[in-house]
Amino acid sequence: MTRSTVTQPGVSQPEVSRPARGSWLTYLLLVLAAGFFLLPVYLVVITALKQPADISLATTWQLPRVWNWQSFAVAWRAFSPQLLNSLILTVTATAGSALLGSVNGYVLSKWRFPGANIVFPLILFGMFIPYQSILIPLFRFLAGIGLYGSLWGLILTHIVYGLPITTLIFRNFYSEIPDEMIEAAKIDGAGFFGIYRRVIFPLSISGFVVVIIWQFTQIWNEFLFAVTLTTQDTHPITVAIANLAGGQAVNWNLPMAGAILAAMPTLLIYMILGRYFVRGLLAGSVKG
Amino acid sequence: MILPSLILLAVFVYGFIGRTVYVSLTNWGQDATQALALNPKLVFIGLANYVDLFTSALDSRFRQDLVNTFFFTLFFLLGCLGFGLGLAILLDKKVKGEGVFRTIFLFPMALAFIVTGTIWRWMLQPQGGVNVLPTVIGLPRFEFAWLTSRVQVWQFNWQRLPVILGLAIAAGLLVAVVRALRRGRPGRAAVLGFVALVVAVWALTGAEKVDILAFPEAHGFNLALIGVIIAAVWQMSGYTMALYLAGLRGIPDELREAARVDGATELQLYRHVIFPLLGPITLAAVIILGHISLKIFDLIFAMAGSDNIRTSVPALSMYLRAFRANRFAEGAAIAVVLLVLVAAIIVPYLWTSLRGERRR
Repeated sequence: MTRSTVTQPGVSQPEVSRPARGSWLTYLLLVLAAGFFLLPVYLVVITALKQPADISLATTWQLPRVWNWQSFAVAWRAFSPQLLNSLILTVTATAGSALLGSVNGYVLSKWRFPGANIVFPLILFGMFIPYQSILIPLFRFLAGIGLYGSLWGLILTHIVYGLPITTLIFRNFYSEIPDEMIEAAKIDGAGFFGIYRRVIFPLSISGFVVVIIWQFTQIWNEFLFAVTLTTQDTHPITVAIANLAGGQAVNWNLPMAGAILAAMPTLLIYMILGRYFVRGLLAGSVKG
Repeated sequence: MILPSLILLAVFVYGFIGRTVYVSLTNWGQDATQALALNPKLVFIGLANYVDLFTSALDSRFRQDLVNTFFFTLFFLLGCLGFGLGLAILLDKKVKGEGVFRTIFLFPMALAFIVTGTIWRWMLQPQGGVNVLPTVIGLPRFEFAWLTSRVQVWQFNWQRLPVILGLAIAAGLLVAVVRALRRGRPGRAAVLGFVALVVAVWALTGAEKVDILAFPEAHGFNLALIGVIIAAVWQMSGYTMALYLAGLRGIPDELREAARVDGATELQLYRHVIFPLLGPITLAAVIILGHISLKIFDLIFAMAGSDNIRTSVPALSMYLRAFRANRFAEGAAIAVVLLVLVAAIIVPYLWTSLRGERRR
């Protein structure tokens, strides 16, 4: 059944009508590809677990002579303030942008107002712009209201620029809810918020899961806003990692252990809730 | 109730873009004492910043940034599409352990570009990492200065850009001519062919005289970018795999069966049935990945360093100019060029994709 993987031009054999099953070549290629994806993981983990003195370029790929679990303790001590900053930032901004996005999605899908067809693409455009194109006025604005260098300035930024994607995901999610349910609630005398609270919100759980996972990952991993709008005390983890790895003559076990710590939260979410993660990913390509 | 959000976005997106455009037309930052003043005096200087970016000898870095972005985008797209499609086709073969493979291929998407950059910076150390990998099985080591190579290939003179662009447009039109002919639309083909001919003749005769730069200046593909491209493909090809896999799963089995019964080989099945059905997905992937690639910043920052001009891109130069050198107006001009590039691919996409949605 090699044929099902690689078909040479000109070699045409009548195909039997049997579902194509993976052949040994399929598995070989898949394992090679998996190797490509996992090779850096292997290198990061063994480098993090080496003693600084044992890290040399020539023996890069060898397992540690002594397993140096201390690296993680050192990295934890070095990075815990920034990890805490990232946690506060990410949780707050995710909650804010998810709640606002949910209300927006509700309005756009169930309370069509005149001009909605123009407003929606204008909202969406906001998630594609290069943030460099708003960074200078944003920086001046935050400085003007005294939030430059504060975590709250960065939180506000992430809530605002998170609105387009959260609005999009919720709008697509809510358009699946039949209008009849809204009508029925209206007849029962429920108003705008009554409907949201009694009908829409209870049905939103998986929508919220998708949005929260997406926003959490995006905000935790973000760098451009973080590096321009925060100062030493408020650096999130991405800035700390970049600063450490950017410096010369550094013991590589530390940035590697730091990178693992920084990757852990989003990686765990991905491992546990991968299905919802992929749904957020696909929603980003507009046609949800 | 949506009003607060709308006002926020109107100010933070459109208001701020407007402000950036205005800033790019001033001299903010040329006078260092004014740069960080509370109320800097901005003098309107028209398009001078843009003219400098494209014609001044001091700004050749910006022009190489554009060339870098072009090659980075090209190879990043080819890598992600080819690799992603290949993985999706393999996974679509009802393999055992599909979930495990899918998880492995997609996990880099959960990582920060900064983390990926840090990891690959270590992978691509000139004296270690990937370069010494062959020695593990006794082969000679690679000798390639991944992120610092000074080699530049496919060099061209920036002054000849109008000629190159003209010929590229003519070639693109020729492809359209062939497609129109195949679809049996000779009238359309004739019009396109005529335009292609005019553009080609102009490129070969008139374009030479267009004076876009007063001095010859060589630009090309910096080999130092290859490492960054590999890391970017490593991170993002899982995304194309997920897109393609969703697309492949959407193709009913009956369709494949029907083609097989008609005597189609696997290759013909993919070429004539499956690939055409994946067309819209490819377009979506090109747009999404293309705009990510134009905006790429953190990966290069963490991997090659912000001062490595071999691997610099406009998004990085903008940050350095505005926030390291405090030359805000020039930074704003780069940002506007970047915005125009992104808008050129995103606006038509949003337009058609939402119009299609309304028709449904």
